Amino acid sequence: MSGYSVTAPSGRQKWFAGILVITYAVVTLMPLLWIIATGFKSSEDSIAYPPKVTFDPTLEGYVNLFTTRTRITKEMQKTLEEPTTWYEQIARDNNTVIAGPSRYGERFLNSVIIGFGSTFFSIFFGTLAAYAFSRFKVPIKDDLLFFILSTRMMPPIAVAIPIFLMFRQLGLNDTHLGMILLYTAVNLSLSVWLLKGFIDEIPLEYEEAALIDGYTRFQAFYKVVLPQAATGIASTAIFCLIFAWNEYAFAVLLTSGSAQTAPPFIPTIIGVGGQDWPAVAAGASIFLIPVMVFTVLLRKHLLSGITFGAVRK
Amino acid sequence: MPTKKIIDRIAEATPKTFAHRVGALSDKAIAWLFVGPSVVLLLAVNIFPLIWTVNLSFTNFKANRLRDAEYIGLRNYERILTDVDTWQSMQSTAHFLFWTIFFQVLIGFALAYLINKKFKGNDLWTTIIVLPMMLSPAVVGNFWTFLYQPQIGLFNYVVEFFSGVEASSFSMIGSVNLAPWAIVIVDTWMWTPFVMLICLAGLRSIPDSIYEAAECDRASKWRQFWTLTVPMVLPFLMLAVLFRGIENFKMFDLVVQLTGGGPGSVTQLTSIDLKREAFEKWRTGYASAYAVILFVTVFGLASIYVKALNKVKDR
Repeated sequence: MSGYSVTAPSGRQKWFAGILVITYAVVTLMPLLWIIATGFKSSEDSIAYPPKVTFDPTLEGYVNLFTTRTRITKEMQKTLEEPTTWYEQIARDNNTVIAGPSRYGERFLNSVIIGFGSTFFSIFFGTLAAYAFSRFKVPIKDDLLFFILSTRMMPPIAVAIPIFLMFRQLGLNDTHLGMILLYTAVNLSLSVWLLKGFIDEIPLEYEEAALIDGYTRFQAFYKVVLPQAATGIASTAIFCLIFAWNEYAFAVLLTSGSAQTAPPFIPTIIGVGGQDWPAVAAGASIFLIPVMVFTVLLRKHLLSGITFGAVRK
Repeated sequence: MPTKKIIDRIAEATPKTFAHRVGALSDKAIAWLFVGPSVVLLLAVNIFPLIWTVNLSFTNFKANRLRDAEYIGLRNYERILTDVDTWQSMQSTAHFLFWTIFFQVLIGFALAYLINKKFKGNDLWTTIIVLPMMLSPAVVGNFWTFLYQPQIGLFNYVVEFFSGVEASSFSMIGSVNLAPWAIVIVDTWMWTPFVMLICLAGLRSIPDSIYEAAECDRASKWRQFWTLTVPMVLPFLMLAVLFRGIENFKMFDLVVQLTGGGPGSVTQLTSIDLKREAFEKWRTGYASAYAVILFVTVFGLASIYVKALNKVKDR
């Protein structure tokens, strides 16, 4: 920036603003850092008073997260063979032996399957609908668009009652297919509105040129429009994925076993005498860090994503 | 739009055979083909269940019994609206809504205003501030119960460190007086960045030239803030409040993990109350009526609000 401006903030103002914002950022980040740190603490360190900032990192929490263990006495330990792997060693150090894998892996995999499955379908149908809304005269267009948005206003618990009954009748309760269908429908409002905004920004002239060159509508759509909307589609997809990934209310009411995702499962990780916080924190870390990475990647599109395209830069 | 007319003119000028080659399907058919699947899916998963809910709300159906439902007219609605518990949870929800929006608007706007001073590295810090909002409320809410533990919790320790109140002397989620504030704090922590982002967009939409003009007219900075900045950001701020209002009226995951509605029922928001009726007591008919009342409330309030928002925008 060169030249004198009467409206630009002075250097002192910038310093002051910077310090306040950075202070807020550091405070707001504390709980997240605490989650990650707790994942590497031993159970004694995690419940120490005063709370420990420095500690000897251990993978105990992660071992506890992925395994089920049985408690053994010191005498029994002597009769057992030496542990062969590092995780068996960690379990043995805490007077336990590993009995088998825990459910966390399965639940995490369910989150991946349901998240990606529903994202694929909501983007597929959403792109088609958004293109039609953007380019064609659809009868009662505004009403339809508002209807699509209004489906997001209903409290999930209110919708869950009939969905529960409907799924029970169709045998979809606690299935991947049922959850994918449900999340697809919930995310459609987001994908249609966001993608319509992105497609609206692509100049009509490209398609007109393609149509005159003898392309059919379909060809113009997937050879001209889709490549241009690629960035918009990618960021919309990440928003859909994050929603499905984070969703809790439907998941806790409609799944209990085979299709349960990670959010209802993580709070149920129990150790001896209450929640096993290092294990909970380890599970939360693995679950939350991908979203943090996506947030950083998405930062340019965050605003339109969270407001359904109502506000953009 | 002139571009549309060009298309029409081309269409008129093009011989029929060419039109046939352009596509076997007319634009209208393609439009329906493209919109159809989404509308059908939403009808099946949203509208059909909604109609079912309205229907169930007039019955005494219980989903965990085989007995057929009987129509009992408006009795469910009557019972809900005269039930003290319902009004109790409406009150908890109102408290939660008011204070979360109050703090989020205050802190969110202040942050946006400061970030808009464009200090070095403001983009990086904005991204960091935004992180909590993108995370799973249930997982994060569950972890906050650990931060709120008396004695060992980080939150209590920080309070002790700065105020001297002993960390083990209070329990944010165990005390009737503190629990409503415990959920306000976590929600504010999580969603302030949302308001901040929208306010920031509002602030950045104000052209510099307006301030330059004000400067020429020798308007004080204070005056500029109240007569330029605030009115120009207001529509954005109101939109942020609308989003937060709807979201927090539906609030379930974060609070159910934090307090479970307790202690007693001081943090039992309407969604949590509804979940108990529907999936613990299995009073399906009663809960359906409750759901209808909540939906009508949120839809009605949102419509009134959007009207006000449009008035502000037009001004």
